Amino acid sequence: MTTHHINKKGYYGEYGGAYIPEMLYPNIDQLKEQYLEIIGDASFQEEYQQLLRDYVGRPTPLYFANRLSEKYNTKIYLKREDLCHTGAHKVNNTVGQILLAKRLGKKRIIAETGAGQHGVATATVCALMGMPCFVYMGEIDMKRQAPNVARMKMLGAEVIPSTSGSKTLKDATNDAIRDWINNPEETHYIIGSVVGPHPYPDMVARLQSIISQEIKLQLQEKENRSKPNHIIACVGGGSNAAGAFYHYLDEENVNLIAVEAAGKGIHSGESAATSQLGNNGIIHGSKTLLMQSKDGQITEPYSISAGLDYPGVGPMHAHLFSSKRAEFLSVTDDQAMQAGAELTKLEGIIPAIESAHALAALEQKKFQPDDVVVINLSGRGDKDLETYMKYFDL
Amino acid sequence: MNRISHKLQENKKLLSIYFTAGYPQLDDTKTILEQLEKSGVDLVEIGLPFSDPLADGPTIQASSTQALQNGMTTKKLFEQLEDIRKTVSIPLIIMGYFNPMLQYGIEKFCKKCAEIGIDGLIIPDLPLEVYTEEYQAIFQQYGLQNIFLITPQTSKKRIRQIDEASEGFIYMVSSASITGAKNSFGDAQQNYFERIDQMQLQHPQIVGFGISNTETFDKATQFAKGAIIGSAFIKHLTENGTQNIHSFVDQIRKSN
Repeated sequence: MTTHHINKKGYYGEYGGAYIPEMLYPNIDQLKEQYLEIIGDASFQEEYQQLLRDYVGRPTPLYFANRLSEKYNTKIYLKREDLCHTGAHKVNNTVGQILLAKRLGKKRIIAETGAGQHGVATATVCALMGMPCFVYMGEIDMKRQAPNVARMKMLGAEVIPSTSGSKTLKDATNDAIRDWINNPEETHYIIGSVVGPHPYPDMVARLQSIISQEIKLQLQEKENRSKPNHIIACVGGGSNAAGAFYHYLDEENVNLIAVEAAGKGIHSGESAATSQLGNNGIIHGSKTLLMQSKDGQITEPYSISAGLDYPGVGPMHAHLFSSKRAEFLSVTDDQAMQAGAELTKLEGIIPAIESAHALAALEQKKFQPDDVVVINLSGRGDKDLETYMKYFDL
Repeated sequence: MNRISHKLQENKKLLSIYFTAGYPQLDDTKTILEQLEKSGVDLVEIGLPFSDPLADGPTIQASSTQALQNGMTTKKLFEQLEDIRKTVSIPLIIMGYFNPMLQYGIEKFCKKCAEIGIDGLIIPDLPLEVYTEEYQAIFQQYGLQNIFLITPQTSKKRIRQIDEASEGFIYMVSSASITGAKNSFGDAQQNYFERIDQMQLQHPQIVGFGISNTETFDKATQFAKGAIIGSAFIKHLTENGTQNIHSFVDQIRKSN
């Protein structure tokens, strides 16, 4: 049977692996050897599930969006990750990784962040566990996302500006990796997406897989079937999509739809649609699709949504794209903003602009009236109010 | 015989210098190489700049960014090096991250290196396992020695594996750090240098990271065959351009 899960060597088809400097080898090797055992352990699962329930607020509802369904003449369910503590799915991963870090005997946590959501989710669990937390964030992003910087500081994290290269997410990731090289013994690096060297993509996907695990049970209850016809999720690095797709990866009759940010248009020069604009290469230790010059220099992506402007995509998604297991769409800034406004008006839910990209797929696809469509609403729009205000002149 | 292997047989401590191609000026590559050879440097690592050099500290990062802004590309570097063997005879190694080489095409890249007279490659983000499975045959076909790194955290078992797969020398990273992070050696480094020396590896070691002056050069080479200077030389280029390269080298070598 073909599988879209990771193989023993850490690859999804031709994508993945661990292209890391020797300085990182001992840490990555330790993780690779131990992550499955730790995550699979009963005491880990007990603590993890309890925190997901009592602290994060899981299970998150699977909400039948009545008026949205009416408008698009199909059955639309929203998986409400926006209702997670801290406002997005990111915390599912950070709760898991902090428990793992403790079991590895690590005493110091580092993370990268773009929009600040993963930084906040990391700072949150570090406060919860009383661990020192250092978050790398591009200097430009710190200015764009000042409220999240303040949240991280209030949570006790030190936010370190990345001033190299383009001063955004990819550079923050480089700086976090450099920190890990400089502090190899007691530090754990909590990567925020299904990117980076093996085993990170698989580990983060497993920690996010709770999303599709719940969808299965909730659909069974509501629709008397565990499989939807379509699942839609936005993809930057791809962690919320990985979680929403995970338990359906090998269910070929479930259509997986990944939505990337086209920015100002795929060919405008200001876009983050990696599957459309990228080709094979290596970024942050993983062989995957990435946006790059013909000389192999990594290019700077653009999207109105700070959570989607990553120049690569997780290796799982590169494989889902190249094997055609998932359908990849791209949505412009304008389309996403309209979709965000529409959900707010029809359902009273202000989505994160990232998640609004997934919603905008409804305009591009034609679904059957009987189809069950699940959209992963990965985050809430509070953090994006300023962008919404500017865009709609509120 | 490969120039690196030949050089390693000389009865002296070797001084290797790293610089980023295309820095400070796009066309400085040839001048820098000629000056380094004239100054008595034993081997040179030519850095192929990359947008995301994740094992490098601020000095080399900044030089890479500048070099790319100056217009440096893989193709451009090969053009600059086209006739280099007419004037430079010391071993030359290209050091760079894997992605630009992958985009150029690995076989094409190796072939071009061989035509020019490049002797070896250092690719920090190409791990041992991937190299031996997928690329070793191509590198060997074109007579290129692939140099691996070891660090104070590398296990004994892995050091043996690396020694087995190595050609030329082993690049011994002096401490847990990115480039240019430290400028003196303490007891921990000393113990590490001794520990590696006692392993009696098949391949000689050249120490890199944290070497910036006579003192650190001497300490590093007490047990190892040589030492590599990178960030300190980049700083010299930043301040002096291609002037006074000779005095920079003399000042490292003064006790030798």
